[in-house]
Amino acid sequence: MLRKQEFDRPPAIRLGDAPRGDFFAGGLEYNPPARGVWNIVHTGMLVPETHEIFACAQGCLRGVILTAAEMNALDRMSWISVSEQDMFDGTLESDVVDGVSEIIEGLPYRPRAVLLYLSCIHLFAGCDFEVIIKELSEKFPDIDFSDCYMTPTMRKTVSPDAKMRAQLYNALRPLPVDEKSVNIIGNDRATDENSELVRIIKDNGFTLRDITACKTYDEYLDMAKSALNIAYLPTAAMGCSELSERLGTKALYLPNSFDAEKIRANIAALCEALGVECPDLSAEEDSAEKALKSAKSAVGDTPIAIDFTAVTQPFSLAKLLVEHGFNVRYLICDSLGEDGDAFDALKEISSDIEILSAVNVNMLHFPEEKHERVIAVGQKAAHYLSTDYFVNIVQNGGYFGFTGIAAIARLIEEAALAPKDRRTLISHKGIGCESCI
Amino acid sequence: MKNVSKIIPCYAADTSGVCSALYEFGGMTVVHDASGCNSTYSTHDEPRWYDMRSNIYISALTETDAIMGNDEKLIEDIVSAAKDQKPEFIALCGSPMPMMTGFDYEAVARDIQGRTGIPTFGLETNGTHSYIDGASMAFLAVTKEFVRQCPKAEGIGVNIIGATPLDFPWHGTMDSMKQWLSDNGFSFICSLGMGGTLDEIRRAASAKVNLVVSFAGMAAAEYMLENFGINYVCGVPFGKGFGDVLADYIREAAAATDADCVSPYGMSIDDVECGTDTVIIGESISARSLAKALELDMGIGARVVCPLPTDDMLLSENDSELYAEEDIKAYLEREKPRTVIADPLYRYVIPDGTRLTALPHFAFSGRCFQRDMKDLINIDIKEFFK
Repeated sequence: MLRKQEFDRPPAIRLGDAPRGDFFAGGLEYNPPARGVWNIVHTGMLVPETHEIFACAQGCLRGVILTAAEMNALDRMSWISVSEQDMFDGTLESDVVDGVSEIIEGLPYRPRAVLLYLSCIHLFAGCDFEVIIKELSEKFPDIDFSDCYMTPTMRKTVSPDAKMRAQLYNALRPLPVDEKSVNIIGNDRATDENSELVRIIKDNGFTLRDITACKTYDEYLDMAKSALNIAYLPTAAMGCSELSERLGTKALYLPNSFDAEKIRANIAALCEALGVECPDLSAEEDSAEKALKSAKSAVGDTPIAIDFTAVTQPFSLAKLLVEHGFNVRYLICDSLGEDGDAFDALKEISSDIEILSAVNVNMLHFPEEKHERVIAVGQKAAHYLSTDYFVNIVQNGGYFGFTGIAAIARLIEEAALAPKDRRTLISHKGIGCESCI
Repeated sequence: MKNVSKIIPCYAADTSGVCSALYEFGGMTVVHDASGCNSTYSTHDEPRWYDMRSNIYISALTETDAIMGNDEKLIEDIVSAAKDQKPEFIALCGSPMPMMTGFDYEAVARDIQGRTGIPTFGLETNGTHSYIDGASMAFLAVTKEFVRQCPKAEGIGVNIIGATPLDFPWHGTMDSMKQWLSDNGFSFICSLGMGGTLDEIRRAASAKVNLVVSFAGMAAAEYMLENFGINYVCGVPFGKGFGDVLADYIREAAAATDADCVSPYGMSIDDVECGTDTVIIGESISARSLAKALELDMGIGARVVCPLPTDDMLLSENDSELYAEEDIKAYLEREKPRTVIADPLYRYVIPDGTRLTALPHFAFSGRCFQRDMKDLINIDIKEFFK
């Protein structure tokens, strides 16, 4: 529908006409009211016994402080506001050191670590973050200080999310390596215990460490013992690689694809890295097929919309569903990620799928347009297609591999059968976090 | 340190103030920023976002464009969006990054207006000031752009100036204010704030009196006093007794032939005997109005702690302007009031033995206590504060 309108910058494009890379001309951006994706505050809170301190302008502080307030974690965050004067009077570094010192000395508890976040303006002003961390570390030798970044202006160079998922492991120092232990890196939720990924690790006697399971700071520090670091989210890849290099351990990136061949290749790579025999996955593959058939029977020809926040490879999921007879009609996504092969293949088999921008200004009134009943995978899809029949996950929901396909198929089936309270669910900031609203 | 907070939040910033003030007028507001400002505003500072659409966007500023000073991209993007969305006006404000690069709001606004033919104004925010400052700039800009001299409406026509959901519950407030105006025989002309339309605002000069309900409305009211001779009265009709007092001030202001003969600070309260056992923390006009309402309806004396921009004239000599967490905490520890009326997130600085009566303030705690926000306009407040 949007394609037919005469917009200067259309927010929709037919898949068959979409280029690789960015699908739409850049411009002003709209922010839809879907809040499930985690931000750097949520992610930082994963480190146990840690205090977050943000130094930035009031406007930037507001969002992070209220993120903490909504997740009932205000007692784990403090802040230093930066004024115009601070930017130009040569006190940029000393203000941060003094402010952090005052905060730590006044806290009712002693944090094991402090995640210190500076902002875009600090970096533009040439603030010496190294000196700040060094001085603070000398002043408080019992506390680990990590340099963290709230720098959305630099998002095209490195996304704040990816940077945060890397800095999260800053405090890990080399420890004697336990060859029978493995980390999953950069997740904001636990990987499904039933997934072939977790089962292969555990069934072969390996200890699995994941920051989402760490209850104490010491457990977190123990992650440095693991011989292998695995990531499967694109935003976790950089952190996984940096950590492995720093600790001298192995890194393995297993992109979370919905393609059977790629899943098998992932599992083979995992088994090779662990030095274990590759299991027969036909039972898992059969279960995934059955779940997809069952979902298709529940969904029928109802159109499906998938957004990029729900799964990291939306074109891969769309291709899988199209191949199983689903009527995938919309993808909400502004640029191509790591599933370029699936994008190319999907173009051949379902070129009329409509790609919608998640941020284009002309999407503002799209939810009020008349929509047929759509089943959405992801909050932004639910919002834009104005449907209460949706799968409420972000970042694959912790699912992986064939078991992940089966799990997401079941969620699609559930979504087809029962509406959800869209307003409440998509307003909740950071799926899986506590919320006071 | 004054710029350090161990636990309590900061108030909404100037960019949010601009967006909130202009939300319902049919314009397009662009925040020159990378990404966070719109997310913060639309999540935490704007309760209307889900239910009521408004053309509020960010420029999606990138590192390269900031370094290279690529203002042309911003201008083209705004011109393109204006072509598609056809706003009544365009407002451009900004975050800390444009401040760092010395962005010229006025020049860019003039350029955009030249290319689109749409009234455009630049509002020089930078994310380091309060929402009051931003909203104040925005209300003043709209007033200057759209209010023109026109015949006075019959009777006592009143404009409500400065109401935004950052200070008042979105649902119910404007109905309550209009009902109160009607109960007192006044006619409603426009709301320069929530519940307002640009067509109504164009007729604002037909009012005899401006009722300024937050300090964000003060600059626009001053402008209208100077240019259209409209007297203004500051106050929010909380409770019954203060509602009557405020109505008398409005009548007095309407009857005055000389703009100087009525104190514009109608609720300036030299005559109020302030007690010492209750402290109200909040925006100056709301907090002072509540103090007066408590005194008149319940015989409770209250002082105000104002952590936001205001004018000394709006506060009594027993009130305090305190901005830093450490100062507010020290004040309360020193004074040991029996009751503090404030947003629930002030609980962290309330001393032992002092009772907190929660009065959620959206500009402070955002969505956290939205469901508990109270509309105290034109009602019996005894029930709430018993």
